[in-house]
Amino acid sequence: MSEPVPITINVNGRKRSAMVEARLLLVHFLRESLNLTGTHVGCDTSQCGACTVLIDGHSAKSCTVFAVQADGAEVQTIEGLADGGELHPLQDGFWEEHGLQCGYCTPGMIMSAVNLLENNPAPSEAEIREGISGNLCRCTGYQHIVNAIQHAAERMAQS
Amino acid sequence: MTIADGPALPKLIGERVKRREDPRLIQGQATYVDDIKLPGMLHLAFKRSDIAHGVIKSIDTSAAAEMEGVELVITGAELAEHLGPMPIGTPFPAPDHFSVATDKVRYVGEPVAVVVAEDRYLARDAADAIEVEYEELPAVVDPEVAMEPGSATLHEGFERNIAVESYWGGTGVNPETAQPEDDSAVDAAFEEADVLVTQRMLNQRLAPNAMEPRGVVAQYETGREYLTVWSATQNPHILRTLVAAMMGLGEHQVRAVAPEVGGGFGCKINIYGEEYVAAALSRLAGAPVKWIEDRTEAFLTTTHGRDLLGYIDLAAKSDGTITGLKARIIADIGAYEVLLTAMIPTLTGLMMNGVYRLPVVRHELTEVFTNKTPTDAYRGAGRPEGLYFLERAVDMLARELDMDPAEIRRKNFVPADEFPFATQSGLVYDSGNYEPCLDKALEVADWQGMLAERDAARAEGRIVGVGLSFYVEVCGLGPSAVVPTGGWEHSGVTVERGGKVTATTGASPHGQGNETTFAQMLADHFSIPLEDITILHGDTSVVKQGIGTFGSRSQAVGGAALISAAGKAGDKMKQFAAALMTDQEVSPEDLVFEDGRIQVEGAPEVSKTFAEVADFAYVPVPLPPGMEPGVSEESFFEPENNTYPFGCHISMVEIDRETGEPRLLKMVAVDDCGNVINPLIVDGQVHGGLAQGIGQAMFEEVVYDEDGQPVTASFMDYVMPRAADLPAFELDNTVTPTPVNPLGAKGVGEAGTIGSTPCVVNAAVDALAPFGVTHIEMPLRPERLWRLIQENGGQS
Repeated sequence: MSEPVPITINVNGRKRSAMVEARLLLVHFLRESLNLTGTHVGCDTSQCGACTVLIDGHSAKSCTVFAVQADGAEVQTIEGLADGGELHPLQDGFWEEHGLQCGYCTPGMIMSAVNLLENNPAPSEAEIREGISGNLCRCTGYQHIVNAIQHAAERMAQS
Repeated sequence: MTIADGPALPKLIGERVKRREDPRLIQGQATYVDDIKLPGMLHLAFKRSDIAHGVIKSIDTSAAAEMEGVELVITGAELAEHLGPMPIGTPFPAPDHFSVATDKVRYVGEPVAVVVAEDRYLARDAADAIEVEYEELPAVVDPEVAMEPGSATLHEGFERNIAVESYWGGTGVNPETAQPEDDSAVDAAFEEADVLVTQRMLNQRLAPNAMEPRGVVAQYETGREYLTVWSATQNPHILRTLVAAMMGLGEHQVRAVAPEVGGGFGCKINIYGEEYVAAALSRLAGAPVKWIEDRTEAFLTTTHGRDLLGYIDLAAKSDGTITGLKARIIADIGAYEVLLTAMIPTLTGLMMNGVYRLPVVRHELTEVFTNKTPTDAYRGAGRPEGLYFLERAVDMLARELDMDPAEIRRKNFVPADEFPFATQSGLVYDSGNYEPCLDKALEVADWQGMLAERDAARAEGRIVGVGLSFYVEVCGLGPSAVVPTGGWEHSGVTVERGGKVTATTGASPHGQGNETTFAQMLADHFSIPLEDITILHGDTSVVKQGIGTFGSRSQAVGGAALISAAGKAGDKMKQFAAALMTDQEVSPEDLVFEDGRIQVEGAPEVSKTFAEVADFAYVPVPLPPGMEPGVSEESFFEPENNTYPFGCHISMVEIDRETGEPRLLKMVAVDDCGNVINPLIVDGQVHGGLAQGIGQAMFEEVVYDEDGQPVTASFMDYVMPRAADLPAFELDNTVTPTPVNPLGAKGVGEAGTIGSTPCVVNAAVDALAPFGVTHIEMPLRPERLWRLIQENGGQS
């Protein structure tokens, strides 16, 4: 086992410093060290996207990033998405359109969708389906997730 | 007298009410099992077999045990002193199955030793440091080969690897003797038939793949002698019963909790070895322990579904009337029987009557052990397999006779006036009205338009086909006579001070939205706002009794129990209300719940608010004669029968001529699940079911090589349906209520997986019919389709 490494990561707007094992995955740093358990682990091969967070504004699968690689970065998780008491339009869209059932894939799915809408504020249905194809959902058949993202896109366009 | 201010409350049953579960889930605030942390908690990791079949010669745990931070390393043989063989829930004979293998391993992934350590990473390191020496035995992989004399056997006492053999036929099972009646009529039907269909079909092995892997936290409190188990389970009460028995405890010493559960799909019904091991090792280590499955472990050790081979024969007249069915089913159940393993394939034969009048049926079932992961329920659990075999065969018959697939089904439907309908397999379909559902599906899909579109596409040289299926399934499981765990459900309803309501249900959900639908029902029942109601579930210390959520039973059984308990609580509220209105000589029977009040029907001025009556119930001065204070009632609901929802699915598939890649262009589902509480949630259930059914048809398959090594042990190898693989589904419904529960609701959790699979394969076969293709094995792999095209020279 290697010597612990010092890291400092800005997580949801708050500076977090720790000594970590070099092999510690970012997702485990978030979940175990910071108790931010909204980010989930659904696989071990970067296929399912349940662990998706934003690193410096880009969606990334936090099970495939070592915590030390995120040293100095800004990380946003599902817990940091709502603005005070107000839900992010995507959170609201998922609620309004029944975009979730068991909820396990949902935080990762929402964080992927945040990135999708930042790159393409008015995506077509096909672009949404393509855009979330790095995230697996076993419950919904994706249709209500597509509706949820469309709902959010429309609301964000109005504001 | 007071009349409460406030708006009239809308009725919520039948409305698209958005879910009350969601705010915590969309903000990352829900607590799944892996989110639970207890002081001093240790972590488990399992050393698992990397061979399919072999004798354990030795296990060297010394290197693992010496690692700093490792508390305990224990082998299966050592653990067997603390945990006996695992119980199963079926009456079939079964070999001993230990949580951790004691002397022999029978599938890749079977645990052989366990590590308890301070840290999750360290536990894994230590498990990796355990050395196991095996004497390898030949792997048994093909179930048909497994049954041949001379094949290696997995278990002593199970000759030719056969676990279960059953047979019935002729004009059905005699319910008195449970014996098949004279079945010479079957042979006669096939001899006299104008046309025969014969096909061998594989309903392939699938991995359920709930997005949340399994996991368990166990805390044994020494001194108090009390065990708490948190587990990603569909049925905490069954977990409590079985873990108590395995630990030598009474149910009064065990609390089982299903926290937020990230999907189940049947694979979280079984109570697994890891759950027992966690409980036992918490007691042994004197500390709480946690085990969380990783995805590869899930592919190796969480139960698989399906894997039935069918030899299917249909006999018919030239006008399309079906005159007989023969089905010989071989179920590859894997290495062991777990909770419901042996029962699942029996549902296949039971449901193979489908929606048709079948004069004679012969059914043979053989369940076979192989060196693979054990099978158990997977969404639909036996019904998708049976309906796949039947609906493929009926489609082949239509093609043989050049009949429209809709019309051949219509011709053989059980007519609406024959319900309740007794099938050849001994079931009694509660209610049904198939023709309107078929007609609606044809209309919604524009079947004639689809045929024209297909023909136009073919004229352009494209390979396009249309498919249709009509299913019936069994839900609302079920009477206790047919469910090994008991088939009832339990609910409690308490009216709290201030007129708020807390209800409990034993139907422990994992995505079904019961907190919403059950609250809708109570809101209407008591005419109070949704916000005034809390639905509790999943914790055996809060929910007194329960069975669980499987077999689409939440509404049909759990909902019925809820309404029964609400009825009792409501009666008591009316009695207290009448006692408060003695000056007006009001009888409880005259009272109704209306907009937050309890009032004389049609006379809102004669009323008390729901809240003031609730307050009175807890300070009843004077206590009305013959009454106890408080309002907290409970009910067990025992259904008199299962329910039998049905539906028609229609699809269109295109296959790329150059690559063989299939594309689902259209998917229409018209389902009838009886009365609907929340159409938004029902749509979601159907969508999810469709995706899984389509996944089986097009993408998914658990593959083992000839040595019993799993080839598909990650999402890199096992193809899950993704958003871009699926079209927007078109849904509609018909409503045929069931008479077997007061709600008229039948259940909808599994419908989508049952109709869609044969529907999509039927469409693919239709697409390749011009190439002379009559059947295609699932999944519809591009390579498989490309070969079929090439075998015909690439030209239709």
